[in-house]
Amino acid sequence: MTLSLIVLIVLGLAVIGYFLGRQRAVRTAERDGVKLHSLPSYHGESVALFAAVPALFLLGAWLFIQPVLIESSISGKIPDSAVPEGGAKSLVMFDVRRIADGLNQIIAQGDISESDLVNMSADVTDVRARLAEVGVALGSDVSPVVFEAAKEYRSIELTASFFRNLVVLLVALAFGIWSLARIQPGLRARNISETFVTALLMGSSLVAILTTVGIVGSLLFESISFFKMYPAKDFFLSATWNPQFRGGSDLGFLPLLWGTLYVSVVALALAVPIGLMIAIYLAEYAGSKLRSFAKPAIEVLAGIPTIVYGLFALITVGPFLRDWIAQPLGLGSSSSSVMTAGLVMGIMLIPFISSLSDDIINAVPQAMRDGSYGLGATKSETIKQVILPAALPGIVGAFLLAASRAIGETMIVVMGAGAAARLDLNPFEAMTTITVKIVSQLTGDTEFASPETLVAFALGLTLFVFTLCLNILALYIVRKYREQYE
Amino acid sequence: MTEVTADIATATGRTTGRSLFKVDERTRKRHAAERRFRMMGLAAVIFSILALVGLMTSILSNGLSSFSQTYVTLDVHLDAAKLDKQGNRNPADLEKITTFTIQPLIQSALQKTMQERGISVEGVNAKKAVELISKEAPAQLRRFILDNPDVIGKTVTFDLLASGRIDGYYKGRVTMESAALDRNISPEQLTLADAFKNAGILEARFNWSFFTAPDASDTRPEAAGLGVAILGSAYMMLVVLVLALPIGVAASIYLEEFAPQNRWTDLIEVNIANLAAVPSIVFGILGLAIFINFVGLPQSAPIVGGLVLTLMTLPTIIIATRAALKAVPPSINDAALGIGASKMQAIFHHILPLAAPGILTGTIIGLAQALGETAPLLLIGMVAFVREYPGAPPEGFFDPASALPVQVYNWTQRGDPAFVERASGAIIVLLIFLVIMNAIAILLRRRFERRW
Repeated sequence: MTLSLIVLIVLGLAVIGYFLGRQRAVRTAERDGVKLHSLPSYHGESVALFAAVPALFLLGAWLFIQPVLIESSISGKIPDSAVPEGGAKSLVMFDVRRIADGLNQIIAQGDISESDLVNMSADVTDVRARLAEVGVALGSDVSPVVFEAAKEYRSIELTASFFRNLVVLLVALAFGIWSLARIQPGLRARNISETFVTALLMGSSLVAILTTVGIVGSLLFESISFFKMYPAKDFFLSATWNPQFRGGSDLGFLPLLWGTLYVSVVALALAVPIGLMIAIYLAEYAGSKLRSFAKPAIEVLAGIPTIVYGLFALITVGPFLRDWIAQPLGLGSSSSSVMTAGLVMGIMLIPFISSLSDDIINAVPQAMRDGSYGLGATKSETIKQVILPAALPGIVGAFLLAASRAIGETMIVVMGAGAAARLDLNPFEAMTTITVKIVSQLTGDTEFASPETLVAFALGLTLFVFTLCLNILALYIVRKYREQYE
Repeated sequence: MTEVTADIATATGRTTGRSLFKVDERTRKRHAAERRFRMMGLAAVIFSILALVGLMTSILSNGLSSFSQTYVTLDVHLDAAKLDKQGNRNPADLEKITTFTIQPLIQSALQKTMQERGISVEGVNAKKAVELISKEAPAQLRRFILDNPDVIGKTVTFDLLASGRIDGYYKGRVTMESAALDRNISPEQLTLADAFKNAGILEARFNWSFFTAPDASDTRPEAAGLGVAILGSAYMMLVVLVLALPIGVAASIYLEEFAPQNRWTDLIEVNIANLAAVPSIVFGILGLAIFINFVGLPQSAPIVGGLVLTLMTLPTIIIATRAALKAVPPSINDAALGIGASKMQAIFHHILPLAAPGILTGTIIGLAQALGETAPLLLIGMVAFVREYPGAPPEGFFDPASALPVQVYNWTQRGDPAFVERASGAIIVLLIFLVIMNAIAILLRRRFERRW
């Protein structure tokens, strides 16, 4: 029985439960000749909720836990001798899973029956060729131990899935029947179903917490196993980044940090003054005609996905800077450079800064402006000497938020900044950032046992901590500032 | 009064006779500073608008040409003696036809057409001439034959893709000079292509297959399309919509209407604000570690992408929904409670329907953000080369697929410059989807939003 079928059956039970509950409520009320406490539909609703929700939650939890349990029980049974020299047990387990999948497909095609499979053994049959026929290509011949493990994996999985379906259906039926049986005219069905819904609403709001827990948990867990393999001192203090897939890599974090900060500084140096000036001009000077045209245009910039900026950096800005500035001045010949990524990222950040500063400038009380004009100051003097100082905390907050975005931005630097880890001052050289290296270490075939892969989690953790601090600081400053004028 | 001014004037050493009608040096300076400041503001606005124009021009000028494609029309005789040696049209035997069997058929068809029309260019033999046609053409023929076995032995007119270089020649990417340096194409072959064009067997058409075809290998940019990517993105958006909308709305209702004012609620709110600002790539790491490694969901699957994007979109939807719920005046709630509705009834029967346009607008904007998101998808394996269309949902959610923005990134990583055109074209498709979604959001807001 497939998963979707189970879900459909449970939902079907809920619908049937709804109608049965309604009917029963009406019938009992008629029989006893009393009025119902709640509307009949609430009785139906409570039955439907009890039938569907616990069963579906159980199903979800089971799906989450089953693979982990099976995995650990099988991998305990594979002797260390079956793990090839220099390989990892996780790779053997990967093969086991694939062989099990392949066996499922062979059986689904009906070529061999379940009982044949029990007798099938890797010594006699050419399992590899047989699996290749159903599209499971294996790197090497299947050893008997692995094949037996795969067969066991498959049979445990089949049994577990059977029990899962059985238990889920039983739970749905049991809760449905129980809540159907307790229906009587005096039952406070509305209160029951409303409490149930409130609990569901509260559960949904916990998803945000769970996400954060998931992020922190996965980053910490994998980072710890990275730091067990690779000393933290070398990671944080070394100036060489040179991953080798044969081991013995230098995974120094400093060149990546330098590249990240350099690109961000270039981006902010472009975006902050321009964004601020746009906000000032549109708030204080522009006529309604210009504003009605310029504001949406700048908002469009904010809605463009970063991959578009990345492509812009790659095919237009990069070659332009190389051909017109870097090469004539003899500063470099690479089209991906800190300057390319920084400028394009700056353009991306302009609308972000300008819309945040716009809010902040508008929050400065009009009385302060009027006071300044009354003393004879010009508009620009008022802005420079009254509004900006008053708005400064808010602008600092906007600046920090923009900095956090610049540090975490990925696609523009992946396509515009280059991949060479380097500590250099020349902005026309290709340099690399934390996010670029996270992408390059985690794409492709990832094997979760080597420090070269796990370093990405340590980088991710540093990035997360960095941006989190900036965000919290920024939110704190902005909130504080808002209170000041409210 | 006059004496006092005169006193001040003499005391500060200024000449008398100052007039408000005569602008003095200092005022002039201040006004100049004012004008400069104003100009700087205008320059900033102009710069950002120019940046937008430059961005759009760059994408459009590179990408628009991907919507047309050069085709060669040929009458190919599908020789029964070569394709079906047994002559029984047995599908199992036909499966064994390879593109190597079909390639000579195309070559001879091309030769025949050239002879009939009297086209020949010095230095281009039959083998060189057939290089004008894409390497994808034999595969296209093979698919056609397998779908319609009864055409074997007949002569059929095919529209075959021209090779990427020929296509590039008519789009200005390849020139006679560059062809002279290119191993894959020679100037003579371009001359032959011109002759074909004059004879009317080579022409550019609207490139429908760009929207439907799957990705193609590095050497066949002319055959690469967005079919799998569009389907994958659509699946992911479906997952996001189905998960993020109910969860987001439920969480907002709880936080806005039920949550007590305490530390716990505060923690949730701070959490949501922070999640909105977490770099997207961190969500990719989360997806890789939890959904793929821990739960064991397959790599490159739309379900994983959808789950990751759901978590990313949730804060946007929650923030928008809470704003929409807040905008409904409390009098509606009070009236409902006053005539005996429960709190739940007041919310679900009265407040939520009134807030629905705002919620939908926020959801569409959240979806548009998710559609353009690339970085997290790179980490969960969506960059893989996928040629097979994913199956129908719900099983299809677990099949490997690509996504629009990831396909763009994928194409930029390839050597052939023809892929830059494809990538820009894909960006245009992506932007068109985004414009449509945003337009719907604006329309909804204009049409249904009520001001109280």
